Amino acid sequence: MTKELIKGNVAMAEAAVRAGLEAYFGYPITPQTEVLEHLARRMPELGRAFVQAESEVAAINMVYGAACTGVRVMTTSSSPGVSLMQEGLSYIAGTEIPAVLINVMRGGPGLGNIAPAQSDYYQAVHGGGHGDYHPIVLAPSSVQEAIDLTVLSFDLAEKYRNLVFILADGSVGQMMEPAELPEMRPLIRKDWDWAVNGKGGKRERRILTSIYIDPPAEEQANYRMQKTWQTIQKNEVRYKEYYLDDAEYVVVGFGTAGRVALSAVRAMRHNGVKVGLLRPVALSPYPFEVIDELASRAKAFLVVEMNQGQMLSDVQLAVKGRVPVEFYGRPGGMVPFPEQILKELKRITSTDLKIVSDPRVAWLERMTA
Amino acid sequence: MQKEILIAGFGGQGVLFAGQVLAYAAMDLGREVTWIPSYGPEMRGGTANCTVVIADEEIGSPLVENPPAAILLNLPSYDKYEPLMQKGGVLVVNASMVDRGPKRADIITICVAANEIAEEIGDRKLTNMVAVGALLACLPEISLGALKAALKNHLPERHHKLLPSNYAALQRGYETALEQTGIAAGTGIR
Repeated sequence: MTKELIKGNVAMAEAAVRAGLEAYFGYPITPQTEVLEHLARRMPELGRAFVQAESEVAAINMVYGAACTGVRVMTTSSSPGVSLMQEGLSYIAGTEIPAVLINVMRGGPGLGNIAPAQSDYYQAVHGGGHGDYHPIVLAPSSVQEAIDLTVLSFDLAEKYRNLVFILADGSVGQMMEPAELPEMRPLIRKDWDWAVNGKGGKRERRILTSIYIDPPAEEQANYRMQKTWQTIQKNEVRYKEYYLDDAEYVVVGFGTAGRVALSAVRAMRHNGVKVGLLRPVALSPYPFEVIDELASRAKAFLVVEMNQGQMLSDVQLAVKGRVPVEFYGRPGGMVPFPEQILKELKRITSTDLKIVSDPRVAWLERMTA
Repeated sequence: MQKEILIAGFGGQGVLFAGQVLAYAAMDLGREVTWIPSYGPEMRGGTANCTVVIADEEIGSPLVENPPAAILLNLPSYDKYEPLMQKGGVLVVNASMVDRGPKRADIITICVAANEIAEEIGDRKLTNMVAVGALLACLPEISLGALKAALKNHLPERHHKLLPSNYAALQRGYETALEQTGIAAGTGIR
């Protein structure tokens, strides 16, 4: 296969098709619409299901129904649309069935704007729908990574009977880069022992539900889900390291913020300062152990995000107050330039930092000065 | 090596395509490349811009605050981006759409009447290719030949009848820039 110049949204859509996506349900929203546009043509062409639902609420419930049959199913949206889907996502999680959601995040809260943002980290990783559940969350920073993670997401969803989110941002969705798409996988419909796909009078009836009226039964279901999650935590931590071997200062950033930070880290290295970058690729499960180890030898951390400091909380959790954790964020649909992160790195590496409980206080003062 | 190119103008001037052609050429040369549009809510019209980054290692930021190279096809983008240019950078401005000369003496400005040249060749829609040709004269990362090859390699077969006029537009822009920079080299810029 050769590389082609391809847009992130189109790349994720085609990667899903080649990974065996059999049913897609969605509703258009910028900056994610090209996914829908590509699949509107591609899915019927292959005799697979494409439905433009009447709303995001309808789309996620269609996903729920289709997922119960055991086929590979996906929906995609952007921040406000994903908010609408939260109830359905909780039901899917509670039913313990595989499904894939791509969120191409945009500026918020509210209707916000259509520019790139990362402000749905908490929603995806720590919250969202009601009840105790943990989706696997993957954050691509390039078109190639978006392709690879989309393919992986279907495998992981099925392996763990779990929700998998691709948490991209408008920049990854709209950017074109040379990338290689995978070969088309033959469509193999697996006969899962949990799928409700018609017993045909040949086997016992199966029931998929998120209703456990009897609290002890719900408690057992929660224990089972927690066990799955703990297995996922053991197996599915993913991250990329840049210049960390001898790093005295560590930048942590995911997705677009992570790759922009890479430019600033390189500029610091060029000046002989030992700065490295940790780019978590899986946000859930999070690379706590890696940060724990880095905190034992680094002088300070800088967390860079396109929000007001969300992943920051997880970095602090791993650092446990041993060294200063500083924050630089651009919320509301703004994308940082490398020069701005470079300025932060110069400040951090040349001043005596204090360990504070909330680095957002000083950050806001700097941003609004 | 890394080079960032900003292209801006009105929607419909071929801004995004001009960037894509540069990105295709860079990809065919085996470089790393990113193309990113500044996307707006409009279906048509309004302003459009895109940034192309060409490098020989994994690209960090797909955006740049101070571009070293730019193609600016109208006055609003000229006014907006001329002050942001990196010192020593190359700016191609569409002289057909602006009513002023350069304000910066520390960058190389190439003024190309891209609309008129495109019309002389026979199609106003070639404006973007005239400007791309002009930039190539000062862009060591991509040769004119490589760009022509990229157009041929990536333009769908049904559009190949348009190749000769696109080549002509690139060539005219390229030659105009060579003439101007040639003069500049002898006398100092402006």
